Amino acid sequence: MRRPVRQSLRPLMAEYKVQFEVFEGPLDLLLYLVKKEEVDIYEVNLTKIATEFVEYLEMMRELDLEVAGEFIVMASTLMYIKSRELLPVDQQVQAEGEEEEEDPRWELIRQLVEYKKFKDAAGQLQTREAEQEKIFPRLPGKLEFESDQPPPRPEVSLFDLIGAVSQVLKRFQQRNENLRDIYADKWTVSEKIELLRRTISDRRSVKFSELFEHTTSRSEVVVTFLALLELIRLKFLKVSQPEPFSEIEISENQAAGGSPVAESAAPSAISNPQAT
Amino acid sequence: MELKYILEAVLFSAQKPLSPAELRDVLSDAAEHGEDEAARAFRKVRLDDLNAALEQLAREHEQARRSYRLVCVAGSWQFVSQPEYAAWLKALVGEKMRPSRLSQPALETLAIIAYRQPLTRAEMEQIRGVSVDGVMQTLQERGLIEQVGRAEVVGRPMTYGTTSLFLEYFGLRSLEDLPAADELRRIPVQKPESLLTVEPGLATTPPLPLHEAETGGGRPGEATPGQAVHSPQ
Repeated sequence: MRRPVRQSLRPLMAEYKVQFEVFEGPLDLLLYLVKKEEVDIYEVNLTKIATEFVEYLEMMRELDLEVAGEFIVMASTLMYIKSRELLPVDQQVQAEGEEEEEDPRWELIRQLVEYKKFKDAAGQLQTREAEQEKIFPRLPGKLEFESDQPPPRPEVSLFDLIGAVSQVLKRFQQRNENLRDIYADKWTVSEKIELLRRTISDRRSVKFSELFEHTTSRSEVVVTFLALLELIRLKFLKVSQPEPFSEIEISENQAAGGSPVAESAAPSAISNPQAT
Repeated sequence: MELKYILEAVLFSAQKPLSPAELRDVLSDAAEHGEDEAARAFRKVRLDDLNAALEQLAREHEQARRSYRLVCVAGSWQFVSQPEYAAWLKALVGEKMRPSRLSQPALETLAIIAYRQPLTRAEMEQIRGVSVDGVMQTLQERGLIEQVGRAEVVGRPMTYGTTSLFLEYFGLRSLEDLPAADELRRIPVQKPESLLTVEPGLATTPPLPLHEAETGGGRPGEATPGQAVHSPQ
């Protein structure tokens, strides 16, 4: 009875070696055998499948492949089914204490059907897995809202600046009331622009009065002030008051993006005539 | 102002997928703190209305056949690109950072857990017919499954279920979104009435006439044990 089957399997031996590695278990192998029969699982001839299953196990041994315990268990179940079928129904023995025993064939087929459904479901998951690799979510950068930043400082108007500079000039007036010396103008606006830019980029922020700490003459105050105005006009610097009525602070204007503006600041300042 | 377009704008700018509850919070937040008069109209939106608006919006995007679509994954909504454009997006952002693909045993076990959760290892092994120890470890390490409780049987074994990462990994809205969910859930395989009945005195099921043509006709030379016993009758 086994001989014809064996002969038909022989030429396929090379195929087994590959296939055995992909069988996940006895149910997988059974499914493969059912599929080869090209019949519905419910209609498969289990006796025939049993023979083929054992053939495969023998082949696995011959090929020195490890046969997992589960395969042996399945083989014995199949052989039990086969042996049962060889007997006429009235001589089939019921297992002791199991009067209403389920047909072992049904139990196996039920298991196969269930396994097949999950195997198919696994295939669908695999498809989804591959599909997901091709899907890219939209991940926008974090939106920067004004409210995320500290509230803007009170703005300083040109009049505030002029008021502040006149305070500085007053100091000179008081100090130099009796002095009428004539100084050569040592500073130009463009030189002061350079100095201011360097100071601000070193210290980030400078108080208004600090700008005039080392000035020695009214004209130097004026030149410094003009340099400041020019840099503000070019949006290289910004002036602000941390609180109302506190001292004016000068800092780099980050929003304008620093250097490109700074580059253009120099030539335009140089073209300015020397302040008087 | 239509609700669906407000949701569209919010989701367009959102940093992460948003659930309907989170979207509702955004709406009520805008109504309370915003200065926009129109925002107040959406102070209290029912989740049902919100979900309906989202579904409607997703349909509109699908019908417009854009290169992106609105999807709900693990209960949260987000815009994603259509898979056809993967080649260019890979060039733009580089290969997606994804772990290696799951093996066949892992996928099988995962499918069983997804449909039948919560369940024990023994129950999985019963369906698969092989041990699941190795793959269970892989699945747990990858955060696709987790312990969800203990079964009230002898030894109180652990039961397992899928995580929300599982839904994200496969782009599923919920477990209901699994293909053929109701079929594979709990309903046991039905025993067919006509098949497997053995005639008295006959050891083997006589093949039904219908597929006798299929099986018998397909292999004329092959004598199955069944046919051998059957033929003398």
